[in-house]
Amino acid sequence: MGIIEVKDLVYEYIRRDEEGNVEGITTAVDDVNLDIAQGDFVAILGHNGSGKSTLAKHLNAILYPAEGTVWVDGKDTKQDQYLWDIRQTAGMVFQNPDNQIIGQMVEEDVGFGPENMGVPTKEIWERVEESLKAVGMYEFRKSSPNKLSGGQKQRVSIAGVIAMHPKCIILDEPTAMLDPKGRKEVIRAVRALNDVERITVILITHYMEEVIYADRVYVMDKGKITLQGTPREVFSEVDRLRDLRLDVPQVTVLAHELRKEGFPIPRGILTKQEFREAIDQCRQML
Amino acid sequence: MSIIIDKVSHVYGEHTAMAVKALNEISLVIPDGQFIGLIGHTGSGKSTLVQHLNGLMKATSGAIYFNGEDIDADGFNRKLLRSKVGLVFQYPEHQLFEVDVFTDVCFGPKNLGLSKKEVELRAYEALKLVGLDDDYFYQSPFDLSGGQKRRVAIAGVLAMKPEVLILDEPTAGLDPKGRDEILDQIFRLKNEMGITVILVSHSMEDVAKYVDRIIVMNKGSILYDDEPREVFRHYEALEEVGLAAPQVTYIMKELRDHGYEVSDEVTTIDEAKEEIIRYFKNSVRK
Amino acid sequence: MLRDITLGQYYQADSIIHRLDPRVKLGSTIIFIISLFLFNGAAGYLVAAVFLALVIKLSRVPFRFMIKGMKAILFLLMITVVFNLFLTPGEPLIRVWTLTITKEGVRLAILLAMRLSFLIIGSSVMTLTTTPNQLTDGMEKMLGPLKKIKVPVHEIAMMMSIALRFIPILMEETDKIMKAQLARGADFESGNLIKKAKSLVPLLVPLFISAFRRANDLAMAMEARCYRGGEYRTKMKPLHYGRKDWIAYIMVGSYLIIGILASKFLPIVAGEIIARFWS
Repeated sequence: MGIIEVKDLVYEYIRRDEEGNVEGITTAVDDVNLDIAQGDFVAILGHNGSGKSTLAKHLNAILYPAEGTVWVDGKDTKQDQYLWDIRQTAGMVFQNPDNQIIGQMVEEDVGFGPENMGVPTKEIWERVEESLKAVGMYEFRKSSPNKLSGGQKQRVSIAGVIAMHPKCIILDEPTAMLDPKGRKEVIRAVRALNDVERITVILITHYMEEVIYADRVYVMDKGKITLQGTPREVFSEVDRLRDLRLDVPQVTVLAHELRKEGFPIPRGILTKQEFREAIDQCRQML
Repeated sequence: MSIIIDKVSHVYGEHTAMAVKALNEISLVIPDGQFIGLIGHTGSGKSTLVQHLNGLMKATSGAIYFNGEDIDADGFNRKLLRSKVGLVFQYPEHQLFEVDVFTDVCFGPKNLGLSKKEVELRAYEALKLVGLDDDYFYQSPFDLSGGQKRRVAIAGVLAMKPEVLILDEPTAGLDPKGRDEILDQIFRLKNEMGITVILVSHSMEDVAKYVDRIIVMNKGSILYDDEPREVFRHYEALEEVGLAAPQVTYIMKELRDHGYEVSDEVTTIDEAKEEIIRYFKNSVRK
Repeated sequence: MLRDITLGQYYQADSIIHRLDPRVKLGSTIIFIISLFLFNGAAGYLVAAVFLALVIKLSRVPFRFMIKGMKAILFLLMITVVFNLFLTPGEPLIRVWTLTITKEGVRLAILLAMRLSFLIIGSSVMTLTTTPNQLTDGMEKMLGPLKKIKVPVHEIAMMMSIALRFIPILMEETDKIMKAQLARGADFESGNLIKKAKSLVPLLVPLFISAFRRANDLAMAMEARCYRGGEYRTKMKPLHYGRKDWIAYIMVGSYLIIGILASKFLPIVAGEIIARFWS
């Protein structure tokens, strides 16, 4: 069993009208199965309303399954006695950078999690320092979060989670509200955590270029997982992804278009170097 | 019907130690019917500039002429200006407040003191222009999806029948599907209404497909002001200011660097495809 | 205008005042405020002004930050002054139409204006030099004994700290929504009171919705970071009194005594001197 295992997960919420009468039931997550190994970098893709955020909230016991089971580090999220263990094991970073920073000073915010866990004072300071260094925000430790850019705020949020020493970190669209520079900063920090600290990363996003480096990609639509595999396998399905109205990197689309014109280019081209090598092959064939 | 911006500067917190020059002697001419992309990273001054165009902010020095009239002159009707130069802010759905969609869109024209019939006619037209179905008209705006809310907010400005429509990051926070839909809709309504549209964005790839002219801002000054392909030619300089050309431009550069005689003045996937096919056809002929 | 409110804004600097225990600063602010109500004459206020000036100097926060907070209450200040100026009975000084300005009125207006300004500046010194987190920590610890009678001290402190953190964000948001509605032709200025109140609806509805959304998000983020109230919680910055804190207490105490003595005896002494000089 991996660090996170999800079995036959179903989550529905009941829509009510103004008088509280039941209007209907929406199935946000529909029969999802996942098994994520310790140290993996996993990406979950899908457009808004595909159920990806609802799924994410199950992994940290903010929501509980209506059917099926979620285990975090072998612990069933439905069992109350594990609640705090689970939230500590699987940390979570949310979309809006302004609405998840509690502290008025960067270091105080990063210390918030360890404080809640009852970590001794001296160790809190050590954890805050190493976490801020891990995301490259140590020099801003005395700043007010309001003075930081969006990308910097999200890195502080990530540090706040790392300071809890989680085995796994779930990022729910951490870059959706950022500009390209901020997006790059955050993704770089996340990749470093996975590479250097070997923390399991579950990145939920709708930006395809952010998932190129993932070990495994899941694509969600209407609450179900419709595509999964390595990034190369998933990106081979250009038409399918376009049907789902997801963004495919331009290089992948260009390769796909040329293959349709009869160019012998392999599927799932992800970088411009790969593309150029494929074109080199074509030229040699002439 | 044009806007002339003559050496406009704006300083935040003038006469204090923290004075920040947000705009530095900007001069621009915005003629009728153009589709303009205003690009710059966060803090480049682009949002500040557009707020000058409808008189929400006042220039520290310099002048702005709308149809030949100085907008800062005494007796100039600024309320009328705001209806002629419609400004849609970032996350415009945060301004919705009425009980239903239709009433909310009526707010703008009602403020212009039009008759009830005219107000409703304009609201109806505007909602049609943004492609919203009649079914939604009497729903609460807060029950709509993110993309639909944004359409309603854009309709709220369109209902004032502006001659110039400015949209500040209209796709921020939307998923690729929502983003494409909004941009297509803006492009369509621009053609239908024949108005000037200024699209403020930090994404080159978004605007490259649509606009006739790109203005790049950096540190409160104008860096480039030209047709898209001319602007993207400077992709190296663009990178230095935290921006990037579309990915296809880099792909073509990669090919050129490896001895392919292809043009790197390519901004869309279709152009890139044509260019590569042309290259191979020529090679075969030789 | 909205950005001028400094209450709840922390100004980062490295000063002795910044390093003081928040309990000292809280206690001293309370003593300072009490002193403003104890002092009734020019002498007391002279002492208060000197004390305040000294503290501001030590805090290394530029003076204009301190008075920025004043702009927000300028209106209140003006009303207070005008009311007292015209409505205090006593020995008439000037008569304008049916309004009379009395000697007592002038005295009271000046006193109240000073009291209010000193009060705001004094509290600004505290909020500008103390992060809200420290402030609430200090309050939590000071009010700690109340826990025994079931007062949710930790929860109150946390609520205040969050409120303070979100004030600047909501201010900025108000500004944005206001501009967005202005762009739709809204008019927040003209018309009578009822019309003006009505014109605030397009501003207040979105603001409340946004505040609720933020509250919801924040609650979720706090839960995800294992927040479960004050139990089990340790402190990153636990409070310990140091030597400088005791010295500060002594200084504030001395201020109070000097102030009281000054307001009691200085007028008499001054009177003596003037009387002697006269003769």
